Amino acid sequence: MNTIVKLARYGIIAAARSRWILGYTAFFFLATEGLMRFGGDSGRTVVSLLNIVLLLIPLVSIVIGTMTVYNNRDFTELLLSQPIQRGSLFAGQFLGLALPLAAAFLLGVGLPLLARVSVGGEADIGLVLMLLGSGTALTLIFTAFALLIANVVEDRAFGLGAALLLWLMTAALYDGIMLAVIWAFRDYPLEIPVLAMSIANPIDLARILVMLKFDVAALMGYTGAVFEKFFGTVLGISLAASALVFWLCLPFWAGKIVFDKKDF
Amino acid sequence: MIELRNITKRFGALTVLNALNLRFDAGSITAVLGPNGSGKTTLMKTILGLVRPDKGEVLFAGENVVGTSEYRKSVGYMPQTARFQDNLTAREIIAMMRDLRDNPAYSREQELCECFGLTPHLSKPLRTLSGGTRQKVNAVLTFMFSPAVLLLDEPTAGLDPITAAAFKDLVLQERAEGRTILLTSHILSEVQELADTVVFLLDGNIHFEGGTAELLASTGEATLERAIAHLLQKSPYSKEQTL
Repeated sequence: MNTIVKLARYGIIAAARSRWILGYTAFFFLATEGLMRFGGDSGRTVVSLLNIVLLLIPLVSIVIGTMTVYNNRDFTELLLSQPIQRGSLFAGQFLGLALPLAAAFLLGVGLPLLARVSVGGEADIGLVLMLLGSGTALTLIFTAFALLIANVVEDRAFGLGAALLLWLMTAALYDGIMLAVIWAFRDYPLEIPVLAMSIANPIDLARILVMLKFDVAALMGYTGAVFEKFFGTVLGISLAASALVFWLCLPFWAGKIVFDKKDF
Repeated sequence: MIELRNITKRFGALTVLNALNLRFDAGSITAVLGPNGSGKTTLMKTILGLVRPDKGEVLFAGENVVGTSEYRKSVGYMPQTARFQDNLTAREIIAMMRDLRDNPAYSREQELCECFGLTPHLSKPLRTLSGGTRQKVNAVLTFMFSPAVLLLDEPTAGLDPITAAAFKDLVLQERAEGRTILLTSHILSEVQELADTVVFLLDGNIHFEGGTAELLASTGEATLERAIAHLLQKSPYSKEQTL
């Protein structure tokens, strides 16, 4: 068996016993079930869940990821004293962290939603799959950022601070900055710059991909129409998917380089 | 078996290892001594590849192994602190190490677990084990593949006296079987009991290298503790730091 798979396997076994992961799964399950019971059709549930997903997944992935790397630092040294390459260890640790987090989300949110869809609920399967895909992508992306930060920043408190700052920037402040830019340049045609700015933030990208599936783009005025026109095309979807892959590869690649050169 | 050639390592402005040349032979125990921060652990980590030297070569059986990983099949490393994935059991950690080495046919974890009284704790999560018991797990992992080279970084620090005695017997047995053993320790009676050769490091430089008898003779002291104190007094090392 490949070293990466072996390392990931033990990471997954350890994570499956973690109370954090179990609590995270239970939270998503209860939130989805609760929203469906009290919120009516699963289309509305998906929109409500979207807000939770966009805020919570990046936060939990980056915090649990960062803390796990810091907590396992001595164990990482022990693993590095084994006959394995650093690149394999980094990839194994990433998968051992990201896969259980993604599985927790997919089980907690996916199971109840797909169960309703399969018994003939109103929810659009495409919409549900887009939500699950976006959530999984965000989990992978922010876990990769967690590994990057925890390997660059030696001090645990600073590392956690940097992780929270990145989450705050991408989840909240970025939209504020975007609004300020739109307001400041309101007299100019802004569709293309706004499109570019949306792609430059993985959380916004995930939000747009789900919202456009929801057919509410008409409510977003001319910009919404531009977005729908762009993301509705093969080029748009390909570009959005490529941007998400880019956002995964960038921190993973940078983290691997740091890990390769680091002194333990 | 292991040779360090011109090994230099700096952390910022601090030179931790300064152009060191050392040789560690098979069938001998070398104790690397020195005050805190003298470079002992960095030296071991450089041999392991955990720390990348700025200059120099680490020769393992005649080949430079800097940046490679295969040679670590022949190395057992016992770090000062025993921390693992807390949610795994001792049995799973042992299985993981076997897996990572492609399940070698020869492995003596059962004999070692019995030797260290670890068998009743194998199914418990590691987070529930005491520091000493976790250090016993570390000892099992270090010796279980009978590697040709053993790097022991303050190995008995967390062990009770009975286990420490069993551990020392095991180390002597490994030497008799021709292993190359490096040891760091602040317990100088232990060093006197085990080591054939002593390397005394200070600020990344070698201040003494030779047999324990030679060290005692050259300093005119009766014990290793006094001999080391003698070396420290003669060095420019600041008095406020302790061994």
